[in-house]
Amino acid sequence: MGKIRQRLYVIGVLILLSIIALVPRNTTQRIRDAATGTMKDTIVRRVPINLGLDLQGGIHLALEVDQSKGPIPDCADAIQRAERVVRTRVNEFGTKEPVVQIQGRCRLIVELPGESDPARARGVIQRTAFLEFRITDMKSLFKDALPQIDGVLRKAGVKSRGAAAPSAVTQLFGGDTTKAARDSVAEANTPGVLSSLLFQGQLPGEFLVPEEQWPLVDSLVNRPDVKAAIPRGIELRWGAQSASRGARAYRALYAVESRPIITGEELVKASARRDPVTNGSVVTFQLSRRGARKFSDETARHIRDYMAIILDGRVQGQPPVIQSQIGANGQIELGSKPLQEASDLALVLRAGALPAPLTIIEERTIGPSLGADSIKDGVRAGVVGVLFVIVIMIGYYRMAGALAVAALTLYCLFTLAGLAAFGFTLTLPGLAGFVLSIGIAVDANVLIFERIREELVHGKSLRLAVDDGFLHAMNAIVDSNVSTALTALILYAVGTGPVQGFAITLIIGIAASMISAIFVVKTLFLIWLYRRPDMVTLSI
Amino acid sequence: MIRFFANASYDFIKWRRWAFSLTGAIMLVGLAFLVTRGLNYSIEFTGGTLVQVELHKKVATGDIRAALDNGDLKGADIQTFGSDTSYVIRARLTATTAATQEADAVTAAVGRALDRSVGAGQYTILRHEAVGPKVGHELQAKALMAILLSFVVTLIYLAVRFEWRFGLAAVVATAHDVVATIAFISVMHLEVSLIVVGAVLTVVGYSLNDTIIIFDRVRENLRKYRRQNLYEILNLSINETLPRSVLTHGTTIATTLSLLLLAGEVIRPFAWVMSFGIFTGTFSSIYIAAPVLLWIEKRWPGEDARGARTFGSRVPATPSVSAPPATPPSAPSPRAPQPAR
Repeated sequence: MGKIRQRLYVIGVLILLSIIALVPRNTTQRIRDAATGTMKDTIVRRVPINLGLDLQGGIHLALEVDQSKGPIPDCADAIQRAERVVRTRVNEFGTKEPVVQIQGRCRLIVELPGESDPARARGVIQRTAFLEFRITDMKSLFKDALPQIDGVLRKAGVKSRGAAAPSAVTQLFGGDTTKAARDSVAEANTPGVLSSLLFQGQLPGEFLVPEEQWPLVDSLVNRPDVKAAIPRGIELRWGAQSASRGARAYRALYAVESRPIITGEELVKASARRDPVTNGSVVTFQLSRRGARKFSDETARHIRDYMAIILDGRVQGQPPVIQSQIGANGQIELGSKPLQEASDLALVLRAGALPAPLTIIEERTIGPSLGADSIKDGVRAGVVGVLFVIVIMIGYYRMAGALAVAALTLYCLFTLAGLAAFGFTLTLPGLAGFVLSIGIAVDANVLIFERIREELVHGKSLRLAVDDGFLHAMNAIVDSNVSTALTALILYAVGTGPVQGFAITLIIGIAASMISAIFVVKTLFLIWLYRRPDMVTLSI
Repeated sequence: MIRFFANASYDFIKWRRWAFSLTGAIMLVGLAFLVTRGLNYSIEFTGGTLVQVELHKKVATGDIRAALDNGDLKGADIQTFGSDTSYVIRARLTATTAATQEADAVTAAVGRALDRSVGAGQYTILRHEAVGPKVGHELQAKALMAILLSFVVTLIYLAVRFEWRFGLAAVVATAHDVVATIAFISVMHLEVSLIVVGAVLTVVGYSLNDTIIIFDRVRENLRKYRRQNLYEILNLSINETLPRSVLTHGTTIATTLSLLLLAGEVIRPFAWVMSFGIFTGTFSSIYIAAPVLLWIEKRWPGEDARGARTFGSRVPATPSVSAPPATPPSAPSPRAPQPAR
């Protein structure tokens, strides 16, 4: 009896630990307050089992350092620095329990449970947020160089495809463009290829390109020979969004000085607000003392010049004219854009620039309803599967089967507790693995019971048959479970996300089944034999 | 007390040639499918975009397909997913375009096509996946490595726990299961996703498990019955483990079937592979692992190669397979006697 009591203590402790691991507990979640747009901490009580994105819905992103524009020597270092920046940004993003982790050497995994707008997530994470201010081409150096650039293109044999106007830089709305387009096709190549696509904008260095010609012009100005012909000290930057003039949409192209007067590195604060006068979204920022000194020097020299605000290589809005010397504070006007976008911009400016641009190599978005359906279906399949197993076990092994089924409930408890205690994530394949492992978990009991039956056939006494049955089945159980665990380990090492969840569930399941099928069932057998010492035939 | 196959004494090994022919025929069919049709890789492996939508009302599939074809998505693959209002649209990567740009374009194009055919606001995008080509290639290499690595690790484990001959026989049987399962996947035209690779590896584990149970019995019986030859020991061991096999496969099939029928569309390929794997795993443990062990012992006789030499070419006229005597014969053995049981 003392031996049985010891075993019961062990089982009791295991059950207690499992229940402790599964008790709902408080977790802190950062949630964006809908009213003010700021982040606040809330406390939520929940069962501590992490659900994978495939079960609760959300966005999964895998990012790598973009090496398409030239190799980055130390991508591991770049990704580590990027991880810190992305983590700061994501924590402010308003997701419940975001995951940001480095996978392998140079890959960053971002998981945003419950989010369903991949474009916004991508925008916040991927934005390098490199802010710079540059003076536009006040001396019209680029405009003067246009005939030369046209010449370069003509020499290279680039034909103007349905160019918009015959003459060189034309004033906007300065003629019947549709007719001109027909003409220009007729007398191909007489007008300048590039200059015929550019309309002079309202301020020096600003040109407008019809929205549909934008990709063409972009490919033209990015040609190496054209780049070489652009005057030294001048660079071209596109506007961030298209603007409509009349019925047509135009994209602005700006010729700006190569040297920024100040960059986002000097920025210390940024916040979003709504302009009370124009009702537009505005991001206000504050510069560091060093930055403020530099900024006021530069603005003093450039009074009456236009200053382009360039974020990630795109000019934000129309460059404002510098009215007077500007100090530490400034603002970026986003016009009619929603406040959400302004606060996202403020957030990336605050969190700092990415050390290198990141490119998304994998993206998954799972709607919350799909995840809920998966849980429902998976649980239903699990319940039906377990019922089948119970019927088979009790139908075939009677009382012994009932003991195995009792142990099976402990198996489920142990497995879930294992998932919770080690903080592993339950995924949909994991759920399937769990259901499957219930079928496999009884294997150990089947092996033991068949052994006991054999020992009984060999004429051993009940007690001896039970002891020998457990003993002789051990070899087979250990060998088979270890080999399954080894394949599961390999699966974990090689797999990603959902498959790792499957492997983890399988490994925990194997450990739990060893405890429940061998230790717990043996204890139940001992109690059974102890309480019925006069029993002559075993119900097995 | 219900007992299936108690004291069974079937001569399993006798049918090994039939079994080889059967599995050979199945594999030939599978190979034919594999060569002509290939495997249906998921976008995880090929790279590309997957969009799963739920329509709020029923629309003819042809309409959606036509709208997709007209909207720059020619060649995109569309199929119903579970119910007839749920669709999965797959566009695999063609050239080495930047993954996300392509993905955005595909999602936008799917949205436009659905707006036209179903109507804006009449559908919900449930799932959206975009995988770059780099990830796909990595995964292919990883999946292959996982399966090979599992063989190596098992071989080492079994060589330590048993003997290398047993390990090799078990690995050959498991390799058979992997090939047969891939043939099955090809014939069924199941989509090879990471989950399916996981299922194949689970089949590997399950089949090994089954083989080990039988081999464990073989190891034990080799010690117990000194006069029987390997052929008889193998048959005896298979027969003795038969009740266990019936029960365990029964419970596993029960859970797998409930997964197949109830767990939803995402898990279904996994459940199909597992269901097949249970059959092939059981088959290979009996008809591949045991005869291969016999053959290995004939080629490279070990200390357990009792009589194996005589079985390579011919079956003995009277295979003396019977239930074991109630008490083990006290065989005069040159080796150390086993502990009394």
